[in-house]
Amino acid sequence: MFSYIIRRLCYAIPILIGVNLLTFVLFFIVNTPEDMATAHLGDKYVTEEAVQEWIAEKGYDQPLFFNGDADGLGTLTDTIFFNKSLKLFAFDFGTSDAGRSIQSDVLDRMGPSLALALPTFFIGIFVNISVALMVLMFRGSSLDRFAVVVFVTLMSISYLFYIIFGQYYMAKMSRLFPVSGFNDGIDGWRFLILPIVIGVISGIGASARWYRSLFIEVAGLDFARTARAKGVSEAGVLFRHILPNTMLPILTGVVVVIPVLFMGSLVMESFFSIPGLGSYLLDAIRAQDFAIVRAMVFLGSVLYIIGLILTDISYTWADPRVRLS
Amino acid sequence: MDFEIGPGLFGDGFMWTILWSDALIFLLVGAISLFVASFRRNPQNMERWRQVFATRLGMATFVIIMSYVVIALVDSVHFRKALPATEEQSSEQVFYSNDVHSLLDLALGEMGERPERTYSAPFALKSWNKENLLLPDGERVRDYPELAYGGAHLASPESFVKDVAIKSLVGIGKGLAVALALIGLHAFWLRRSLSAGAGEISPLPWKSAWITFAIIMAVLGWLITLGNLYHVLGTDQAGNDTLFESLKGIRTGVLIGTLATLITMPVAISLGLAAGYFRGWIDDVVQYIYTTLISIPGLLLIAASVLLFQVWINNNPQFFEIGLEKADAKFLALCFILGITSWTTLCRLLRAETLKISQLDYVQAAHAFGVSHFQIIKRHILPNLSHIIMISFVLDFSGLVLAEAVLAYIGVGIDPAMASWGNMINMASTELSREPSIWWNLCGAFFLMFTLVLSVNLFSDLVRDAFDPKTKLETA
Repeated sequence: MFSYIIRRLCYAIPILIGVNLLTFVLFFIVNTPEDMATAHLGDKYVTEEAVQEWIAEKGYDQPLFFNGDADGLGTLTDTIFFNKSLKLFAFDFGTSDAGRSIQSDVLDRMGPSLALALPTFFIGIFVNISVALMVLMFRGSSLDRFAVVVFVTLMSISYLFYIIFGQYYMAKMSRLFPVSGFNDGIDGWRFLILPIVIGVISGIGASARWYRSLFIEVAGLDFARTARAKGVSEAGVLFRHILPNTMLPILTGVVVVIPVLFMGSLVMESFFSIPGLGSYLLDAIRAQDFAIVRAMVFLGSVLYIIGLILTDISYTWADPRVRLS
Repeated sequence: MDFEIGPGLFGDGFMWTILWSDALIFLLVGAISLFVASFRRNPQNMERWRQVFATRLGMATFVIIMSYVVIALVDSVHFRKALPATEEQSSEQVFYSNDVHSLLDLALGEMGERPERTYSAPFALKSWNKENLLLPDGERVRDYPELAYGGAHLASPESFVKDVAIKSLVGIGKGLAVALALIGLHAFWLRRSLSAGAGEISPLPWKSAWITFAIIMAVLGWLITLGNLYHVLGTDQAGNDTLFESLKGIRTGVLIGTLATLITMPVAISLGLAAGYFRGWIDDVVQYIYTTLISIPGLLLIAASVLLFQVWINNNPQFFEIGLEKADAKFLALCFILGITSWTTLCRLLRAETLKISQLDYVQAAHAFGVSHFQIIKRHILPNLSHIIMISFVLDFSGLVLAEAVLAYIGVGIDPAMASWGNMINMASTELSREPSIWWNLCGAFFLMFTLVLSVNLFSDLVRDAFDPKTKLETA
């Protein structure tokens, strides 16, 4: 197991190098630092000096790959590629274009992101599986068909609409919850309820439908019929026979997402003014702060790869037949 | 790309303007027709399609989807009107307006050319904002001004209800008349081809298709008739007709759903096939490429790419003659970027399936006979992948339409110069909280988007059930 994890981590390195190169090409070759400077400083009438000053200030004034002016190791380290891209591997994100340390910002904002994302995620899984199991009890009936239509309808509604509508009616019309905001610690729960509820509801359509099709596939298999034939109660069939046998596909879809939860939700956080990583990234996109976007792309892929490894490990837990080697 | 056409044919001169997305979409229509034609030759596929259309739901949703597609295509034929000649200008020289119109604008009549000053509610006769008004007797009051166009034909406000009722009947009647004529023609044609032979095939549920078609035509007739007299869905902040904007959003929605998948489909197909068929180092490279792309969170990759492309466009204005071309370039870039992020799933599926198929006996036999790689792929493998390609295309469509709204909110969506539902919904998030709240902007975009996505979702379920061998288990 341990050697397997080590090997998977080694496999991750070329992928991260690929991500790194891709972002490097996107951010420094497709767009030169001059382009970024003009985009950042505003209009086309900006002077050449101002552009150069901006570039020098942000440390973009070095050569891309090879610095002929420096001595020794400096020929490779005094370059944009080393300073802006390779340093990401050491989680050294540098400073944002606005001059703040990205690293400390990220650490500060992970908490609120998790406070929103974790409950949404786990309550969501619980609700979706329960709904799907409930529908499964009535499979083949008109209630089942009706449920499928409801699922498809729910998933045809734009995510934004759930948020806009939820915020408007639950917060403004009925004044049940605060419209937006965030508070550290226990008092913060009032601010989180509404986004969590909306997040869960908006996911029901697609997820419950997916779980239903998984369950139905297994429910038609021989062992489920045998269990019923020997007199196992319907609930026993569901929880003892069907659910464990759908564990692998469920874990495949679910575990990958867990590390990425750190990144928070772009839209939800900014709608409810929760100071998490999602709204951080959104602000960076709107302010065209490329340093932050670059760092977050890298962080996101690292988390995703961790998710993949966790998925494999979770298989051994869910299915004793799986051996990692 | 501009093509000048002199005066004569349609009165004043005008110039066909083909945006890149127009050219692409018509190219794609051609490609899809070819695909369908080749599909029809295979009796097994025909049987599966028949299964899709044998359901009433399949027929009805297909008619709805086709109406959207037709509106999108009509809206993709663009032209620029000639400006009236001024006195200093020599008679041969013609200048063209920078406003690009489409055939849809013509079909909708005056609907898009009746700007009010600002918000107004649906069917309102007066503006939503109070303004300082100068009465005829010289007195100044603060009141809601009458709209410049909405209900301007009314002699007095009292005749409003009667007018709306009469015009509604006229509009619905017109729509139904056109629908009935077309349905009659189709029924006649159907009877002739049925009596000509082929009696064994069970009839398709045409009735549900006709009913859906009639309803759509009636609604369109009603909207166009009333939309030219009132603002059926009110106006937005800039005073534009919301109904018109929502209808123009159809093109953007349909195009983003189709172009994004289809632009990158050749890449996905060829890489997936190559990886699964040749294996070895090609497989390694392809797997490496898509694992790298998958590992970047989709929304982030999209946001970063769009952001960078926007910078590039803004720094290179010389490539774009008119504003819409710039918006169009941004739109295509967005489609391309969206395609790259959804490309990987298809590629992975195709690779796995090709791996499986190329182990089968008939492929091995073909190898033994010395058939070339190209021929094997073309004759034996590609036809067995076509259902995967089609299912993923239909399934991706609705997701892409929905994604557009989220992208608009993030600020990496479609250029505001192009009407899009995403931008409208995004605007509405602040409008709802005004007092009294402005709900109609959200309404138009939401309803059209919802209908499209719901129809496509229902239809794609049927397609998947018919083509995917795995779902057969569901009936067990």
